[in-house]
Amino acid sequence: MTASPDPRGLDGGGLALRGVGKNYGLITVLSDVDLDVRPGEAIALLGENGAGKSTIASIISGLVRPTTGSMTWRGQDYAPDAPAGALSAGIGLIHQEMRLLLDLSIAENVFVGRLPMRGGRVDREQMNRRAAEQLRRLGLEVSPTTLVRDLRVAAQQQVEIAKALTLNARLLIFDEPTAALGAEETERLFDQIAGLKAEGVSFIYISHRLDEIARIADRIVVLRDGRLVATHDTAQVPVKTLVEEMVGRPLDRMFPDIPPPPPAAPLIEVEGLTSAEGAFADVSFSVRPGEVFGVAGIVGAGRTELVRAVSGADPIAAGRVRVNGDVLDLKGPRDALDHGVVLVPEDRKAQGLILPQTIAENLALGNYPRVAPSGWITSARIQAFAAKGVARFRIKGTGSMLVSELSGGNQQKVVIAKSIMREPKVVILDEPTRGIDVGARAAIYDIVADLAHRGLAVIIVSSDLDEVLGLSHRVMVLSRGRNRGVLDREQAGRVSVMELATT
Amino acid sequence: MATTMSGTATRVTHGGGALAFVRGATGPLIGLVLLCAFLSFSTDTFLTLRNFLNVMDQITVLGVMAVGMTLVILIGGIDLSVGSVLALSGMVMGYLGDNRAWPFVLAIVVALIVSAACGLVSGLMVTRLRMPAFIATLAMMSIARGVASIITNGEQIVGFPDWFSNLAIIRHFGFLTVTVGLMVAITAVAWIVLTYRPVGRALYAIGGSQEVARLAGIPVRRYTMGVYVLCGALAGLAGVILSARLDSAQPSSGLGYELDTIAAVVIGGASLSGGVGGIGGTAVGVLIIGFLRNGLNLLQVSPFVQQVVIGVVIAVAVAADTLRNRRG
Repeated sequence: MTASPDPRGLDGGGLALRGVGKNYGLITVLSDVDLDVRPGEAIALLGENGAGKSTIASIISGLVRPTTGSMTWRGQDYAPDAPAGALSAGIGLIHQEMRLLLDLSIAENVFVGRLPMRGGRVDREQMNRRAAEQLRRLGLEVSPTTLVRDLRVAAQQQVEIAKALTLNARLLIFDEPTAALGAEETERLFDQIAGLKAEGVSFIYISHRLDEIARIADRIVVLRDGRLVATHDTAQVPVKTLVEEMVGRPLDRMFPDIPPPPPAAPLIEVEGLTSAEGAFADVSFSVRPGEVFGVAGIVGAGRTELVRAVSGADPIAAGRVRVNGDVLDLKGPRDALDHGVVLVPEDRKAQGLILPQTIAENLALGNYPRVAPSGWITSARIQAFAAKGVARFRIKGTGSMLVSELSGGNQQKVVIAKSIMREPKVVILDEPTRGIDVGARAAIYDIVADLAHRGLAVIIVSSDLDEVLGLSHRVMVLSRGRNRGVLDREQAGRVSVMELATT
Repeated sequence: MATTMSGTATRVTHGGGALAFVRGATGPLIGLVLLCAFLSFSTDTFLTLRNFLNVMDQITVLGVMAVGMTLVILIGGIDLSVGSVLALSGMVMGYLGDNRAWPFVLAIVVALIVSAACGLVSGLMVTRLRMPAFIATLAMMSIARGVASIITNGEQIVGFPDWFSNLAIIRHFGFLTVTVGLMVAITAVAWIVLTYRPVGRALYAIGGSQEVARLAGIPVRRYTMGVYVLCGALAGLAGVILSARLDSAQPSSGLGYELDTIAAVVIGGASLSGGVGGIGGTAVGVLIIGFLRNGLNLLQVSPFVQQVVIGVVIAVAVAADTLRNRRG
């Protein structure tokens, strides 16, 4: 049900945007947005990438100045010209891209810019003690003196959140806070948010995950192409309506039908694989041609480490991987690649793409024999190769564009295209839809279906349980580095998977 | 200068067409043209064939070393040891060829092998011990300089066979010394490999992101080793060339050359963070430094002022590049 925008005029208290817009030259990224956030209220901003969600977050948090319109905050005019201004007014942003100092400790990151002092020196004792308190509130069991570089992505994100919590902010903006979190950390975060809401803290919550938004938000604001298209009370709106409003067209189905694989010998067999770094032990499974094999588990269960080891990216201590009967040499990614095992890694920016280079250069990477069988790589050949990839995977861009200029969804398509253009036999997708919008997500699901249809074995790791369940023929559940069971599609459900995942 | 530049270095790291050689280095190229135009009008002697050939002879050492340095910087590394390796190479050659009376060609070959071994050690420190390239090659810089002095206890070695000195003197076909020809050939081969061969493209990938390159199946360690070995060998070759030009070898030669070399590569548009740059740009950078020194001499500017001018050119070139990238 579509409600009209809220009645104007707040009785003091919250944040109000009136007619806010933003242009970059001739390009309008946001136009005429009215938005109210009341004290103790959580609103969710929903929309595809480029819909204007992050622009709103940037304007409110002082990163970007609006071209038109005005804001009031707690009854006063509000026009921050820098994030520091927003922070001192009590508005904090937890950004999608983490902004942490990797070589400083957790405590130093939490208190950066406002280190507790005593007698002209940094009071490390107090700093560490207060940081430890925050970490405990978040349920993070690490020492505050740990270097941030040594933490996994999920834990780094919690440091960001701890930092914001110590700022005594009255309005917190979360931009995709759970993209890197597993079910357990997400629950913890939601508990935190609920507690802070009771204290009167307001939230603006940006996420692609509709189930989360339904739980956390009091109201949902849908944006499309820089405009506010609808506002809903969360309790009253069906998911289908939201998705259709976001995409601007009716959506028949999210997950494609993937027919069951024909009976055949396994294409890839993993036997007793054990991590050299202790992340997992004695994991065995096999995947047939045309089969989509899901790997589920909470963050820290060893999913990413497992699939990286299968593809030779990380070292193993024991076990073996066979492809069509050949045992892989897993000292590096080389032999696995030569046997047709490709990995689409978890972190597309750090592991999948060379950001300062073009789409064409990225697609050509590792594909030189296919770009130029003669071994002479010319600009024309690279562009021709890239044009094929751009067309086949519907990447919105041209070969000569820099990948850093693309949306997350299109960047992900470039990473997937690069791997699939190697003509592999086994495709491993690690978090293929993290932080990308609904449209691109559907396109990636279609790619998975096509790979299975063409007789490839697909292994998919995702923190989005619906995604794993919706795509996979079988789901393996990992917990604390062990295979806790493989469920058929019929047996696999949220409850049965979570039961195994938490053993 | 910034406003006259067009295109982005990162976008066109790949060549094709007539201007392919300097693709991605249009900014430095415009700077070079302006410099030459200015010097042509402000002196009588700059725009003469003889002066041009002199400059070519003067930049040979720098040009050869800059090719190796370009490769190292492209993969995101740095090699501070090239000046010391140059001296070591000259001393090894001179000691074996003169003092020990080995066949001179053999002495040259051993000098080049020793230089390549210096690169190998630097490469091992970077890939196996995971030392930052800056530190590893700083250590090698000190070691090689020390060994160069130990060989003759700091004495210089003077007087090499005539045929050897003639390599840098006799102008075949009236214009081309063997050493200049060698520099041109090395530059051309490096350009072709970097631009058109898979291994060259792989170096750009390693510089862009080692992890991405590794996951794509590129043997990152092996290529990194290869680049340091090649850089060492080319520094050694530069030492041989310098010895031929001067008809002597000194343990103190090549002091500070590593910085000139890095300057040439950076003026040519390469990024010290790796993945961006090219041989064409480096060639332009080498020519800018060569013509600038030559022109300032012709204008009778004092060497002290010359240092200031070259420093300003480095700052302007890199600042223009940074500003352009930020705008783009």
